[in-house]
Amino acid sequence: MKDSASMKLSVKRKGWTRREWHYFWLGLLFASPWIIGFLVFTVYPFFSSLYFSLTAYDLFNPPQWVGLDNYKQIMTDERFYKSINNTLFMAFISVPISLASSLIIAIMLNFKVKGINYYRTIFYLPAVIPIVASALLWTWMLNPDFGLINMFLRAVGLPDPAWLMDPRYTKPSLILMGLWGSGAGALIFLAALQGVPQQYYEAAQVDGANGWHRFWKITIPALSPIILFQLIMGLIGAFQIFTESYILAGGKSVSGSIGGPDQSLLFYAVNLYQEAFMNLKMGYASALAWILFIIVMAITLVLLKTSRRWVYYGGE
Amino acid sequence: MTLKILRTKILPHTVLIVFSVFFLFPFVWLLFTSLKTSNEIFALPPRILPEAFHWENYKAALETVPFPRYMWNTLVICVICIIGQLFAAPLVAYSISRIPWVGSKIIFAIVLATMILPSQVQMIPQYIIFTKLGWVNTILPLTIGAFFGAPFYIFLLRQFLLGVPKELSEAAKIDGASEFRIYTQIILPTLKPALATVALFTFVGSYTDFMGPLIYLNDAAKWTITVGLQGFQQDHGAQWEQLMAASTIMAIPMILLYFFGQKYFMQSGSAFTGFK
Repeated sequence: MKDSASMKLSVKRKGWTRREWHYFWLGLLFASPWIIGFLVFTVYPFFSSLYFSLTAYDLFNPPQWVGLDNYKQIMTDERFYKSINNTLFMAFISVPISLASSLIIAIMLNFKVKGINYYRTIFYLPAVIPIVASALLWTWMLNPDFGLINMFLRAVGLPDPAWLMDPRYTKPSLILMGLWGSGAGALIFLAALQGVPQQYYEAAQVDGANGWHRFWKITIPALSPIILFQLIMGLIGAFQIFTESYILAGGKSVSGSIGGPDQSLLFYAVNLYQEAFMNLKMGYASALAWILFIIVMAITLVLLKTSRRWVYYGGE
Repeated sequence: MTLKILRTKILPHTVLIVFSVFFLFPFVWLLFTSLKTSNEIFALPPRILPEAFHWENYKAALETVPFPRYMWNTLVICVICIIGQLFAAPLVAYSISRIPWVGSKIIFAIVLATMILPSQVQMIPQYIIFTKLGWVNTILPLTIGAFFGAPFYIFLLRQFLLGVPKELSEAAKIDGASEFRIYTQIILPTLKPALATVALFTFVGSYTDFMGPLIYLNDAAKWTITVGLQGFQQDHGAQWEQLMAASTIMAIPMILLYFFGQKYFMQSGSAFTGFK
């Protein structure tokens, strides 16, 4: 980030001049909506959820201090481990797949052919469909007997799984639906691809590098900052999967659970929602939220640390 | 020569067309299912084309569930959120990119950090606050946040402002214009395209939000379109023709918005590359 004038003004001086005070109050005034919102809706909830995580609280009776009981209980809760396993599956399988597919689509959209704008429109279109609507559509597409996907699979002689009814196939269903929406990620890659200096490719071509080499030696390193960004956002997103799982699981089941067959769609955020808003265990759910926070921070820090080995920033 | 045409024209188009089919076919399936009779839907083997176009499915879907009402509820929330973001986000972006004060760097860093903070961490205390205020089952919890500026939009507008030449406001300052005047009369007009992007994304965000309305709106008369459609799925799960008709109705505003505002959607891609 570039140095802004503000830092130069205030560094190594004892008092502020009138001008500096003037800008201080002005800056504060202009930023005040965000500052108020940040304090009321982020800072306060952030710390009070830490407090609630140490209590038993059902909204109707005052919170009761229970110390670390919620955390201890979570460590022995089967549903917690189930949700972690399901979420890790999405993080380690689904996120890389969707990153790869976004990148492939971006490369295709970077072809220098006529009418590329039409293709761009088509590829991005699924990403603008509200998740609730697209999840309903995919529920129907993946219907074992009457759905389009199995119709196709049977036609080409492949096995036709029961998709959303079979716990082994619910997460692949989710991945499939995610692939359909990968135009959104592709657009971000595309913008980055178009920023790669053309001379690099021309120089490599002169040196006799083939397309495969150019991809790994030029495209991937040039895109690495964006890959890192999308990877971080994707992994954090995996821990927040909710709507698509809720709809694909068909909403609340008769038993009042929202995790789909054999809890195979019980993801971290789904479990958290269920504990908080269906079971009204606000303290327990707050502890889950704090564990989520720690996981997300750890992922981000580890990725940022290791990124120095594989992310290349231009001009360094 | 022919080989070159094959490589530079035919091959790329073939690949693109194959993928286009994959992306478009679910839409075709959505539309055709919404026009079938229930007998056709559960026919074996399934067929893609309906025998006749049963547009009455749409009428039936609109009658089974009060979609116009849900649509209205949704629009009210969308409009309030747009007003909120357009008020707050540019103010904050201006503060951190144009006013030389110590807070600008600090706030920018926090804005970036909050973008990766999972909303679940604040979700429960927020719910408790809104419960105590008696705001649950009203649209206030879904709209009030917009008036404080969302991090992503602040970031987006800041990026845009960095590209606006400083001379533009310096000249006005020499003429004795106040900071507020410069903001409203010079900065805001130049920000128009970026503000349009913010309005568009805010609309899309509120229109497609599911978890917020699910948590805060208990009363079916207050539901938004997403929660309403899910309720429909819950109660009429087997009526696929109506469900698909309702899904189509829900998707149409987004598709229209996309076709008319494509430029702004596409900008979002380049906005993210600014992160590095």
